[in-house]
Amino acid sequence: MAQGWGLGALINLDHYGHYIQWHFISISVSNLIVIILMLATFVTALFAPFPGRRNRKGTK
Amino acid sequence: MSNAQIERQWTSRLRRSVVAKLPPERMLPDTQPAYVASWIYVFGVTTMAALAVVIATGCVLALDGPLWWHSSSLGHFVNSLHLWSVEIFFFAMVIHLWGKFSMAAWRGGRSLTWVTGAVTFLASILAGFTGYVSQTNFDSQWISTQAKDGINSTGGGAFFNVLNLGQMLMWHIVLLPLAAVVLTALHVVMVRIKGVVPPFEDKAEVSA
Repeated sequence: MAQGWGLGALINLDHYGHYIQWHFISISVSNLIVIILMLATFVTALFAPFPGRRNRKGTK
Repeated sequence: MSNAQIERQWTSRLRRSVVAKLPPERMLPDTQPAYVASWIYVFGVTTMAALAVVIATGCVLALDGPLWWHSSSLGHFVNSLHLWSVEIFFFAMVIHLWGKFSMAAWRGGRSLTWVTGAVTFLASILAGFTGYVSQTNFDSQWISTQAKDGINSTGGGAFFNVLNLGQMLMWHIVLLPLAAVVLTALHVVMVRIKGVVPPFEDKAEVSA
């Protein structure tokens, strides 16, 4: 089996999902991590310097 | 045939109309405006690249079918490529959506560009859902039996039966990919016709 190889060796994924409950809100930890990663990527994309941006100032 | 007759042919008229709306140098431009040099502009093309991998891996999965992708190591690998390219597809598409929403990218007569993007998003969600219920495993059984009540409560279950594996698989591998690809192509053509939406004007610069 591929289990115990690659990413599976670093993180044990062979269990039921963990959920966070807050009043009526219920979200799996994995979904929450993906949302946080998307927000972090979005903010990084807005502020991270783009390679060669200075050279392109004169572009159309 | 006279020149006047040739000019009146539907092929001539269509060509003139297409070239007038979308000249080759605008369809495949050499340069982009300076403001496009930002990471926030890369997520549209990331989404399209992921879509290409989704379709390519889906075609490979179709060659040998469910028994192969459930039981062989290579099948598991291609199945995983299909899953993770879908994850990247949605990840990039949502950031593309946030970026374009924050730019109010429907400005300047770009409302149809926005609408085709939004409809592509909805078609992709449906494609993702039908993919989950087409896995042919306990996960797909669980998801479809949970989803049937939601779909049936809308009245759509009479036509769109999530417990019908054949119907879900056909939607997943024919209708929805076709819709996603055609809508994406339209979306890109509209971006090329209208150009990438410019940023908001700096108020300090405007008042100066």
